[in-house]
Amino acid sequence: MMPEITDLQSAIKSSIEPGMQVAIEGFTHLIPFAAAQEIIRQGITGLTLIRLTPDVIYDQMIGMGCANKLIFSWGGNPGVGSLHRLRDAVENGWPNSLELDERSHAAMCAAYTAGASGLPFGALRGFVGSDLPQHNPSIRFLDCPFTKDKLAVTSAIQPDVAIIHAQQADRQGNVMLWGIIGVQKDIALAAKRVVVTVEEVVDEFAVKSNVTVLPSWTIDTICEVPGGASPSYAHDYYQRDNAAYKEWDGISRSRENFLEWMEYHVLETKSFGEFRERIGS
Amino acid sequence: MKEATSQEIMTVTAARLLRDGAVCFVGIGIPSMAANLARLTHAPNVVLIYESGTIGTKPRVLPLSIGDGELAETADTVVSTPEIFTHWLQSGRVEVGFLGAAQVDKFANLNSTVIGSYDSPKVRLPGAGGAPEIAALAKKTLIIIEHDKRKLVDRVDFVTSAGYLRGGNERSDAGLSGGPSAVITDLVVLEPDSVSKELVVTKIHAGVTKEQVRDSTGWDIRFANNLCQTESPSEEELVTLRDLIRRTKEARRKLS
Repeated sequence: MMPEITDLQSAIKSSIEPGMQVAIEGFTHLIPFAAAQEIIRQGITGLTLIRLTPDVIYDQMIGMGCANKLIFSWGGNPGVGSLHRLRDAVENGWPNSLELDERSHAAMCAAYTAGASGLPFGALRGFVGSDLPQHNPSIRFLDCPFTKDKLAVTSAIQPDVAIIHAQQADRQGNVMLWGIIGVQKDIALAAKRVVVTVEEVVDEFAVKSNVTVLPSWTIDTICEVPGGASPSYAHDYYQRDNAAYKEWDGISRSRENFLEWMEYHVLETKSFGEFRERIGS
Repeated sequence: MKEATSQEIMTVTAARLLRDGAVCFVGIGIPSMAANLARLTHAPNVVLIYESGTIGTKPRVLPLSIGDGELAETADTVVSTPEIFTHWLQSGRVEVGFLGAAQVDKFANLNSTVIGSYDSPKVRLPGAGGAPEIAALAKKTLIIIEHDKRKLVDRVDFVTSAGYLRGGNERSDAGLSGGPSAVITDLVVLEPDSVSKELVVTKIHAGVTKEQVRDSTGWDIRFANNLCQTESPSEEELVTLRDLIRRTKEARRKLS
């Protein structure tokens, strides 16, 4: 079946409901900022947010009260420092308390791969001697039935919705991404529903190296959102806006500054295009 | 030429511990700086792997994030994040894991999760990322950390990544091989004692006193019998490091 090609506002409205498990992925590269901000704009709350690296985008969603649970493995502002809104939620319960299901990158990858493969758990060599399993029942140990090795196992992740950003879709609704491809294919195939924002819709794909193609029938909804991964980046389209990541540190440090910034830039704008005009990019 | 700063001595000393041709899984920040310095000086064939899936990357400037486009553009190949952890790290292809942390304890366990208790932390740190598996599965681990009483502690608040656990054979008894081979700070180099696995000072940087080291360490630190002074950075190493930092700053300025 062909995915529906629609605008972002309708895509979020028809795909995301309060309380859902939502994974918004992209490892440093191709982070779907536009789609995530549309969730904030629509005031959707009670979500379980899933992502290896919460990054600035989940900092915004957590600070705006979209989430009550986070499944993750590294919650910092890459190269800059803390995510202040995530910290405020965990340390002080603001704006609401946030339940954590904390794993490692390798465990998150194993959980996504298990989810995509129809397995109840993923296995890995890991967590021996680490304190994380004591605090997270999603990480357990198992003796290998063949070798008797002690293996870590972690419950599969199969979110209600996965949202990813890609460079291109073609007119048939196939999706292509390249560069640092992260976990997008795995989470897309693990999720019950897949929403993809793309830089552009093209007539035909040109062959690229390291390309990942998600066939049209694995995707539910596609939206053309140029610049939709900014301030992260889209390989061969635009570079990572490192300055914006550094500025976020100052914006997000106090609740007041943060709320004022979000109000002006996200809540008062109708679309990602308008948001981009307001931040002057 | 301007004399080397303590940070530069730390970076150069760490870089020297990477042999040419080693396959190295690199953390972002100072580990990445040191690994690239090694590549640009004595170890041109070192293979740098970042958890974003970039293998054999040769960045012209230092990445700010672990997934900067620079890493992908200069890599031999780019694989998915699941694949980097399974086929490349878990399979035993990595010789050296190069890590930083918020805290390291006297048995070289690493904490990057919380200061205080897990359920009501004083400071919530970013978390594990790729570190637990890198520390468990690389054939050896190098750790870089600034020397400070709050960072070099008797016992970490939380074991994110296992070092030698509570010392002796605990690590190998738990089924883990490898382990931290050195901790490089801006004052000294520490190495695990071959039996107790407690970190002891084996090298002390020029101009640093034992007293200064004791005052900056959170446990009653011991000095090796054959303690020696760290070999000072060469002119080539310093020039290369400063060039790399200058290029990186220029590139970041252009972007902002």
